Amino acid sequence: MGRFRPGAETDRFGIRIAASGNGVHVTLCRPGRRPCIWLHLATAGTVADKATVDDRPEIAALARRAPRLEARALECVRNDRVLFHDLDAALEPGQVLQVEGPNGCGKTSLLRILCGLSLPGAGEVYWGDAPLPEVRAEYYEALAYVGHRHGVKGELTPIENLRFHRALAGGTPDRVPGDALAHLGLEGFEDVPCRTLSEGQRRRVALARLLMTRRPLWILDEPLTALDRSGVAVVEGLIRDHARSGGMVMITTHQAIRLEGCVLGRLRLGG
Amino acid sequence: MSGTGPLGAAGAVLRRDLTLFFRHRSDIINPLLFFIIVVTLVPLGVGPEESTLRVMAPGVVWVAALLAAMLSLEGIFRSDFDDGSLEQLVISPQPLALLVLAKVFAHWLVSGLPLVVLGPVLGASLFLPDRAMGTLVLSLLLGTPILSLIGAIGVALTVGVQRGGVLLSLLVLPLYIPVLIFGASAVSSAAAGLPVIGPLALLGALLALALTLAPLGAAAALRISLS
Repeated sequence: MGRFRPGAETDRFGIRIAASGNGVHVTLCRPGRRPCIWLHLATAGTVADKATVDDRPEIAALARRAPRLEARALECVRNDRVLFHDLDAALEPGQVLQVEGPNGCGKTSLLRILCGLSLPGAGEVYWGDAPLPEVRAEYYEALAYVGHRHGVKGELTPIENLRFHRALAGGTPDRVPGDALAHLGLEGFEDVPCRTLSEGQRRRVALARLLMTRRPLWILDEPLTALDRSGVAVVEGLIRDHARSGGMVMITTHQAIRLEGCVLGRLRLGG
Repeated sequence: MSGTGPLGAAGAVLRRDLTLFFRHRSDIINPLLFFIIVVTLVPLGVGPEESTLRVMAPGVVWVAALLAAMLSLEGIFRSDFDDGSLEQLVISPQPLALLVLAKVFAHWLVSGLPLVVLGPVLGASLFLPDRAMGTLVLSLLLGTPILSLIGAIGVALTVGVQRGGVLLSLLVLPLYIPVLIFGASAVSSAAAGLPVIGPLALLGALLALALTLAPLGAAAALRISLS
């Protein structure tokens, strides 16, 4: 490929190499056919789409530095059954990727693999240019995960839960716990033990963690479970804002989720 | 509330676990009651002769302390595993071994330290001579943290297994035996007026070893259990 100069012109073989904001595209342009992207080499530290970077410059700056998340040829085997194999997926800053599929198709397993909690049967997860095990510490500084089991302590109050999370996460805190809870509609419940809250309210406490620290990558496993309509709207708003400010969101849900104005990708598992 | 950096996070884990233990007191009190009951039942079983009890006291107190420590082990990680907090610990950017060490320390403060405090009282009820009391306290002070640290590895390995209690005992008991031998022999030597520096030094060495290696082992075991 050395003889092709990156540029906008198409050479005599109909191959065009162009550098863009998020990497190098090699495009095959044949007369009479639609140009098709043949190869896309993504670079680390890709720039989020200009239109999606909003007015929170600190988050936009964070996102610009954030590498992309990529899964290459992942395979997952559970109880001697192959849930998925040769799964490729990529998530760029500013994108939302919704993982879909029937129960038991491996959505949660995929998210746990992407979080580095489980090991894939084959394949690798890349954060930027490096495989996950090599950049674990960096990756965990960029990741916020709200799982199926939401990690909210029943004996602690919502405020105590969030304070603990903030101390655990380190880095610069984004909001004070009270604000985050108010945003999730939990005013007045700050000092009640979480075990006396309803399931939906506990889920809201878990989601409030997302507001406590600035993390470019959110991995959310069924975040809308047990939430009422207003809760779903709040979460949709959170995801939209996050994506618009250059964050990345990976989400599984069985509910319809409205994310207008977001770059929404879909990944279908299980046929 | 600074909470930045690994030490801040470890402090937060310690504070949180202590709060949790105090809001869930029955978890702490059960092993302590067990400790008291076992030691007070011994004179009823073997007879109240002072000479017999005096000889048995170091061993009985140590065996009861060891079993009581084992009873409370599950509490280190079980509830965090069940509600998903453990996942959050594992994916936090802080060194997991340090967070594990903070958790084990919190657990020892509420389950091991009371054993150290109660030890002399129960020793006295078995006619343990006064000159052995200091050694009993010291040996428990050195020994019970080892029990918690070794136990943490076992719990971390079995936390993903439903009803892993038996497995946990099988894994952990063989590793507890040296602690029991050196702990009880130190107290026996003290009661007989012999030097105790040997077994205590060995307990100290075991503690240093456990303190440096067990958190790493438990952290690795947790990652395995969660996957």
